[in-house]
Amino acid sequence: MLNASLKELSTALTQKKISSAELTKLFLDRISKLNGAFNAFITVDAEKSLAQARVADERIAKGAALPLTGIPAAHKDIFATKGWLTTCGSKMLGNFVSPYDAHVIERFNAAGAVILGKTNMDEFAMGSSSETSFYGSVKNPWNPDFVPGGSSGGSAAAIAARMAPAATGTDTGGSIRQPAALSGLSGLKPTYGLVSRYGMVAFASSLDQGGPMAKSAEDLAMLLNVMAGFDARDSTSIEHPAENYARDLDKPLSGLRIGVPKEHFGEGLSADVGKSVETALKELERLGAKRVSISLPNSGLSVPAYYVIAPAEASSNLSRFDGVRYGHRAKEYRDLADMYRKTRAEGFGAEVRRRILIGTYVLSHGYYDAYYLKAQKIRRLIADDFVEAFKRCDVVIGPTSPTVAFKIGAKAADPVQMYLNDIYTIPANLAGLPGMSIPCGFGANSLPVGLHIVGEYFAEAKMLNVAHQYQLATDWHRREPAGI
Amino acid sequence: MPWEIVIGLETHAQLSTASKMFSGASTAFGKPPNTQASAVDIALPGALPVANRGAVERAIRFGLAVGGEKMINRRSVFARKNYFYPDLPKGYQISQYELPIVKGGEIRILTKSGEKAIRLTRAHLEEDAGKSLHEDFQDMSGIDLNRAGTPLLEIVSEPDMGSAEEAVAYAKALYFIIVEEIEICDGNMQEGSFRCDANVSVRRPGAPLGTRAEIKNLNSFRFLERAIEFEAKRQIEILEDGGRIVQETRLYDSDKDETRSLRIKEEAHDYRYFPDPDLPPLVVTEEWIGKIKKSMPESLRVRRDRIVELGLSIQQANQLTASRNTSTVALSLLADAPPKERAMLANWLLGPLSAKLNEENLDIRQSKVSSDQLKALSRRVSDGTVSSSSATTVILPAMWSGEGSPDEIIEKRGLRQLSDAGAIEKIVDQVLAANAKQVEDYRAGKEKAFNSLVGQVMKATQGKANPAQVNEILKRKLAG
Repeated sequence: MLNASLKELSTALTQKKISSAELTKLFLDRISKLNGAFNAFITVDAEKSLAQARVADERIAKGAALPLTGIPAAHKDIFATKGWLTTCGSKMLGNFVSPYDAHVIERFNAAGAVILGKTNMDEFAMGSSSETSFYGSVKNPWNPDFVPGGSSGGSAAAIAARMAPAATGTDTGGSIRQPAALSGLSGLKPTYGLVSRYGMVAFASSLDQGGPMAKSAEDLAMLLNVMAGFDARDSTSIEHPAENYARDLDKPLSGLRIGVPKEHFGEGLSADVGKSVETALKELERLGAKRVSISLPNSGLSVPAYYVIAPAEASSNLSRFDGVRYGHRAKEYRDLADMYRKTRAEGFGAEVRRRILIGTYVLSHGYYDAYYLKAQKIRRLIADDFVEAFKRCDVVIGPTSPTVAFKIGAKAADPVQMYLNDIYTIPANLAGLPGMSIPCGFGANSLPVGLHIVGEYFAEAKMLNVAHQYQLATDWHRREPAGI
Repeated sequence: MPWEIVIGLETHAQLSTASKMFSGASTAFGKPPNTQASAVDIALPGALPVANRGAVERAIRFGLAVGGEKMINRRSVFARKNYFYPDLPKGYQISQYELPIVKGGEIRILTKSGEKAIRLTRAHLEEDAGKSLHEDFQDMSGIDLNRAGTPLLEIVSEPDMGSAEEAVAYAKALYFIIVEEIEICDGNMQEGSFRCDANVSVRRPGAPLGTRAEIKNLNSFRFLERAIEFEAKRQIEILEDGGRIVQETRLYDSDKDETRSLRIKEEAHDYRYFPDPDLPPLVVTEEWIGKIKKSMPESLRVRRDRIVELGLSIQQANQLTASRNTSTVALSLLADAPPKERAMLANWLLGPLSAKLNEENLDIRQSKVSSDQLKALSRRVSDGTVSSSSATTVILPAMWSGEGSPDEIIEKRGLRQLSDAGAIEKIVDQVLAANAKQVEDYRAGKEKAFNSLVGQVMKATQGKANPAQVNEILKRKLAG
């Protein structure tokens, strides 16, 4: 059961081979056994989960089950979840029990899925290693000395250690795809606007996008079917007709044009990752795809542009955490300004403070044009690069991350090195395009390598098709960390 | 050499939507603290704004009213104005900065020196902040977020006004447009629905603009006038003493009738405006503008002309269209009244009824005398049942006090008009006999004596005699 696909779990539940309560208990037991080692969950509430599981069992008994009914899933602690602590990995929200559900949570609840717990993450999703959480670093189940990637590292570790069959994540610059790559999983960041941001604590509003994380592309399609959909409460949500994201999974890849961007294979890419990705491309060619060399000439500007836009939006988005209405407030203060200063200095960790300062700076009078406006222009150029590229190919494929997982603490003191982790994933966020990562081998220290697939707007079904066909031909996604 | 005063106004008009600018919470005023605030208004983590269509439509109405379609930006942008204050839950106010929904336009004003056009710079949509309550709490402040997120239209004028009188005329003209003409604001100034910031500077004629002071939050026309007069005088005195004006924000203290400094420019915030990434650009289509145009309330000028066409004087028509509600009542009342009763009905609306409404501080829609009752009464005057004087002075007030229908009051109080010629003749004879002096005066050519005799007859009949008949009989007898 721990290694079963969502489809298999769904079948087992509807055929009454196992009840949702039993299945939920199985994973809850696994969490109590393993969470100490990997710190994947911030909050687990067995009673709540089991109560939901029992309701799901009634629904199954009535024959009213939907594909995810009774299946437990973990949620990144960035999604407001009614009655659950929703900390966003921060001391600032250490006491915040959400009075409402995010749209994504509503969707899972409506589908009859069971909330298995809230997963650890980089504080306010700012990080690529899940080390900036106030609740401690998450450890990579493939080797606990290494990071699982981030910011959705808790969700990644939960699935990799088989503490959850599926999880949600959010991706602002790579926060679903990079941890999926570093933890040997499949993860998908949808087209911007496909999944509602309502109730998803905002980091950088124009880049944030929620998405699924799981063991396979097939599982991702099932999860995306539940998560995607228009929501009038999010003004950036797109009125896109409902799709079955699993509809193209079985299409052959013959004739598929794969664009391989030369900029993603140059300096900075480690040899082990390059080799695995190259082998994966050959496998895809063997499956009938054609390889096209393309160029994304402005992709080198994506990290600097991102580190202007994301902190600018974050500096404003995080202003609401002021100690006035909810969350942390300093115990002692002289006056209002002192209350703000102490509350925010105490409540936010170093990386969050750094980004608020950068963002405040780039939006300041006299700097706005040189930084923020210029970054927005670069953003347009990067989106245009993809428009050009997609004239010649159907999907763009390369490495998800330049290296496999690194050791906990190795990059913590060097923010720029940390930021470069997302060099291949950030362009999709800037352009609003869908991107995903799937396992494609192992590199240094026997740690997983991720293959990055970017599609055109709303090409999720096509990307999942490519990923699924690859996963039918390979077994990287079936590997699991040894000795857990 | 004289001084020239230069004034520009920024007016915040609260838009009359049922829900807030970016949330579904109610805009109701005067409710218990924090009961009209949703997840969006209290800025819970993850809550997102959605622009209120009704507020946008009201802003478009305004653009159409002050200059037409070309005043409407087809694409405008919501921007965040960042600053920390406890009654600003998100730590930023959503406003419009570089691209407002309305650009340009003008407001025509009438002052002693004639008509003048005041140019508008722009009008933009934004949300109001909550309220900080510094009293009632020991060593603490209370925050009430009921007002947070209330939709505002900020209307910015060019510095085109040269006196407090012009500024007040502008504010009143603007008020009339948004409250009465296009009905986008309830105009309740006590509740803060219409408030002005005045930018005031002085200069020698022909000189470049002087340094200005901004006086914040003037919520009555009188305060606006007093604040500008005080401020201009203050600046002139400083300059004449060889001093320098500091650019600053000032507050008007109505108790002391003076302005005082709130903060100087150097202390001003850097608001770090940037386009709100939660809200896509606001796109206004031609089709939408067309729909809004069609739904605009009928212009009060058109209503005035319709009232004139019904046979009333221009003066009466002007008074009846000074407010939309009065004009609505007047038109429905007058349009289906017999032509000869219209002037009388209009006089009642503008005279006794309006006095009663003012006295009890009521809107015409809350009148205790209905249109149907008024029509019933005018019918009784025109059919000769009662005299117009007893209708005006006795029956109308009795109706207001709830004594019943005109017919009931006429019966109860015995006000039926005396039209029996024989009975009137008898009384006339008695009056003539008792007032020999006046009869003599009249015959000697003193016209005034006639009126006195009429009065005596009316008095003797308790006002019930038909005045036309009294006149006729009296004239005949005196001639005979």
